[in-house]
Amino acid sequence: MASIDSIAENLRHLDEFARADTVVHRLDPRAKVVVTLAFVVIVASFDRYTVAALMPFAVFPIALAVLGGLPAGYLAKNVALAIPFALLIGLFNPFFDREVVFHLGSLPVTAGWISCASIAVRAVLTLGAALVLVALTGFPAVCAALEGLGMPRVFAAQMQFLHRYLFVLVDDAARSTRALALRSGGNAPRPTTVASLLGLLLLRTWQRAERIHLAMLARAYQGELHSRETWRFAAAEVAFVIGWVSLFCILRYYDLTRLLGTLVARVLP
Amino acid sequence: MSHHLVELRSVSHVYPDGSVALRDVSIRVTHGECVAIIGANGAGKSTLLLHLNGCLAASSGEVRVGDFPLTRKTLTQVRRTVGMVFQNPDDQLFMPTVLDDVAFGPLNLGLPQADAEQRSRAALERVGAWHLRDKPPYLLSGGEKKRVAIATVLSMAPDILVMDEPTSGLDPVARRQLMALVSEFQHTRILASHDLDMVLALCERTVVLHEGRVAADGASRDIFRDDALLARCRLEKPLAMQGCPVCGVVRLLPRSGAA
Amino acid sequence: MHMADALLSPAVGGTLWAVSAAGIAYCARKVRDDLDERKVPLMGVLGAFLFAAQMINFSIPGTGSSGHLGGGLLLAILLGPHAAFLTVASVLVVQALFFADGGLLALGCNIFNLGFLPAFVAYPLVYRRIAGARPGPLRLSVATIVAAVVGLQLGAFGVVVETVASGISSLPFSTFVLFMQPVHLAIGIVEGFVTAAIVAFVHRARPELLDALPASAGARPLRALLLAFLAAAAVTGGVLSWFASKNPDGLEWSIARVTGADALPAPEQGVHAALAALQERIAVLPDYAFRKSAEAASIATGDEAGDDQESRLGSSVSGIVGGSVALVLAFLIGFLLKWRVRAASGGGGSRR
Repeated sequence: MASIDSIAENLRHLDEFARADTVVHRLDPRAKVVVTLAFVVIVASFDRYTVAALMPFAVFPIALAVLGGLPAGYLAKNVALAIPFALLIGLFNPFFDREVVFHLGSLPVTAGWISCASIAVRAVLTLGAALVLVALTGFPAVCAALEGLGMPRVFAAQMQFLHRYLFVLVDDAARSTRALALRSGGNAPRPTTVASLLGLLLLRTWQRAERIHLAMLARAYQGELHSRETWRFAAAEVAFVIGWVSLFCILRYYDLTRLLGTLVARVLP
Repeated sequence: MSHHLVELRSVSHVYPDGSVALRDVSIRVTHGECVAIIGANGAGKSTLLLHLNGCLAASSGEVRVGDFPLTRKTLTQVRRTVGMVFQNPDDQLFMPTVLDDVAFGPLNLGLPQADAEQRSRAALERVGAWHLRDKPPYLLSGGEKKRVAIATVLSMAPDILVMDEPTSGLDPVARRQLMALVSEFQHTRILASHDLDMVLALCERTVVLHEGRVAADGASRDIFRDDALLARCRLEKPLAMQGCPVCGVVRLLPRSGAA
Repeated sequence: MHMADALLSPAVGGTLWAVSAAGIAYCARKVRDDLDERKVPLMGVLGAFLFAAQMINFSIPGTGSSGHLGGGLLLAILLGPHAAFLTVASVLVVQALFFADGGLLALGCNIFNLGFLPAFVAYPLVYRRIAGARPGPLRLSVATIVAAVVGLQLGAFGVVVETVASGISSLPFSTFVLFMQPVHLAIGIVEGFVTAAIVAFVHRARPELLDALPASAGARPLRALLLAFLAAAAVTGGVLSWFASKNPDGLEWSIARVTGADALPAPEQGVHAALAALQERIAVLPDYAFRKSAEAASIATGDEAGDDQESRLGSSVSGIVGGSVALVLAFLIGFLLKWRVRAASGGGGSRR
């Protein structure tokens, strides 16, 4: 588990990337959300032994990351951090699915290893796409897009508050845990200690929420958050959506890798 | 211009747990005045401020803003007239970017987007923060946050500005800048603060609260000369009126508006 | 125990997306209709609290491992089930987007496992039942701990069912259950203990927060809600799995249905046909070669190789080559784009 400070740092980084101005940033967030969702669903729709046919899909996160100026190292690090659960479960496959499918040289390759590899590839692709989406769109814009796509307004407003006070509360929690660590002499805190720390944090949070609500009322809040930004779903967005989704469909139904593999096999003696 | 007037008539406030925060408070602030409200911790300053725009309702007595008593019906109009700047700008800046935040009030008032943006721009330029418009609030410095918080209120074009601890948490330069800004406003201003030097520099008139009552109400200079009053209310003279520890000379400040 | 995209099939992911989206829509309406608008900033800020609180780990005695607050039950106790469900859902959305925790397709599963189950099953059916109307401190603690354990067990079971139903992982149901449930029992007990301590803390400091809860978390509207959820799950799950089973490729089939039968032949003349022709033309020889080696392989291992497996093998070997080439190509495209972006950054915006 990463430390609170590093998580806070990470959050700030993401927010910083989202504030850049590139072709990808200028696209209507709705277009990016739709394409990313299509990407994830299509990647998930392959059967469990697919590995190679998934590879061409990497072009989507890579192309967007490059066009949006997202550093590759950052992306790689965060995908690697998020991967363990899927991989942990995936690693069980070789134990249960031991049928040997073919030999790579003298190494027998079982179906379990293939499906494990498939899980790893899926994880990298889907996690990468999600990270790229947020890093190049920004959380508030993703929220606005989801709202535009039918998410209830109350929920969108609430997520906006969550995002805004994330930074404040993570700092608050970091200060509390630092103070706790300084007085606990290097031992892991006991549940009772953590509980009272969390209880205090909760009460402070509650009071803050009450003050925020007062501040909103003072500015004529009547239960609705008006968003100022107006995105336009123009030709560029339509082209973006149609272009990527048709590429995904082609890659889904035509195994490009097989084509490439046979091509290579033909060229090589 | 009578809507620049704020008046409390024998206002008392009792919290749900039974503690009495205000007892029979009567204050009248007229057009263009800059009035300070001072007092020890727990004297009732914040509670009093929250009555001025209807965030809290008086248990007894009456609050009048302009020529109207504050009631449910006049609440929207009153909140438009009285702009409230809270002590902690983090509680006041809740939108994703500075410009979103400053436009929040005008949009709630039902202004069209173009007008709201026009007003927001004017407000941000007024406090010298237009260049911060696209930043998220958490990236601002303390002084910037305070100025943006003031802009969020200015964009609603209030006649009366109410500020809770405007200088708390600021470094000396940011504090000076903020004082200069506040002194330039033409609005009726009501400031609650522990920063007595700021009070002395900005406000001709001071109201002292003590245990929920008005202990004194008069010219700031007179109040700060009343040693017995200050001691009784857990206050002290502004540093500017105390002797210099090095040379022993008391520096006399000009009257308000030292910008 | 976030569910992950990589373990999910679209049918299962889609079903739970539908269920969770319906839940969010229902709860959002409920919150808007029932409660004052004050709850919206409160829920948002408490979501941020939950997010921060989950970063604070505590040791789980006797195991040497550590856990953190799940929070679904705590929020249900503080806010009532509807607002709690929305708040947990928003935290999960943020985690999915910011930290790629789980992923986008798995979001529905995670909202269901970590939001719906604690807020709409563990809270009303366990916590409220045990706690009753005016619980004393002991009763409150017992109710909280039991409800936390039940909620987490259900959540862990949800992960198992969703994973097994998706069929991407080969873990047998029984093994997975035996692995997940005991692990989460220990975590659940400690989480329940911490939650109980927090509730007691709040109860002492600001009793009015807990008393302010609408007491109407009663049986009738809840039963209706549960039925609605079950119906939604059954319908979407049924439809999606029927799509999936009717045809080995459910998505293809559903696209054919959506676009209409007449629309499908059309692409045959275009890219479709060209690609198919290309594939056929270049695939003859290598396919033959692979088929031969496939037979050899199956003989060598003594397996009864069916046609199915042969084709799988054929695609496996050419796949390794083709997959690597495709990956290299993807990166190459990336580098080309980067080079173009750099070149263009001097003179204004570039077009895709």
